[in-house]
Amino acid sequence: MRTAVDLLSWALLLSGGAFCVIGALGLVRLREFYSRTHAASVIDSAGATLMLAGLMLQAGWSLPALKLAIIVLLIFFSTPTATHALAGAALVRGVPLEPEEEVASRH
Amino acid sequence: MMFAAAALALLAALALALVRAIAGPTVFDRALAGNSVGTLAMLMLAVIGFLTGRPDFLDLAILYGLLNIVGTVAVLKFFRYGDLGDPGGDPLR
Repeated sequence: MRTAVDLLSWALLLSGGAFCVIGALGLVRLREFYSRTHAASVIDSAGATLMLAGLMLQAGWSLPALKLAIIVLLIFFSTPTATHALAGAALVRGVPLEPEEEVASRH
Repeated sequence: MMFAAAALALLAALALALVRAIAGPTVFDRALAGNSVGTLAMLMLAVIGFLTGRPDFLDLAILYGLLNIVGTVAVLKFFRYGDLGDPGGDPLR
């Protein structure tokens, strides 16, 4: 039983880490700002939730598990708000909806 | 062992987010990368707490997350209005 829980938590930790790296790669490689917000939210939703779920399995029924649940809820509510505010502010400020090099080549 | 692998993945993601924070053409790219760095730092604190067998670090992760959302909104408000004390109403009034 203990081994099964350990294996599941390792799988969750590793897949969470993989999602974090994928999201960060998208943050570097994508070509315009709004796509990058999409890539960054992969880190906040999939990566953070999977990794914290893996840690919760390691913690068992204890106070650290409750704190991890609080962190999951905090990330769940705060990061979409921040991303929404960022994208709205960028749209108001006139960040172009196309990649920078296409805008530059047209002018 | 697995905690170390997760910490290494988080370090790689942090380095990539820092690349975008340094290179980002607009201030919004930098704020987005800073937001991601904040989330990754929370995860890093939690993983390091379990790696060293001291889960007390989770309190620091909660505090860091609370500061992160306030910091992001403050930076956005500053670059929107040029002033943190601006009520943000109709500028023509």
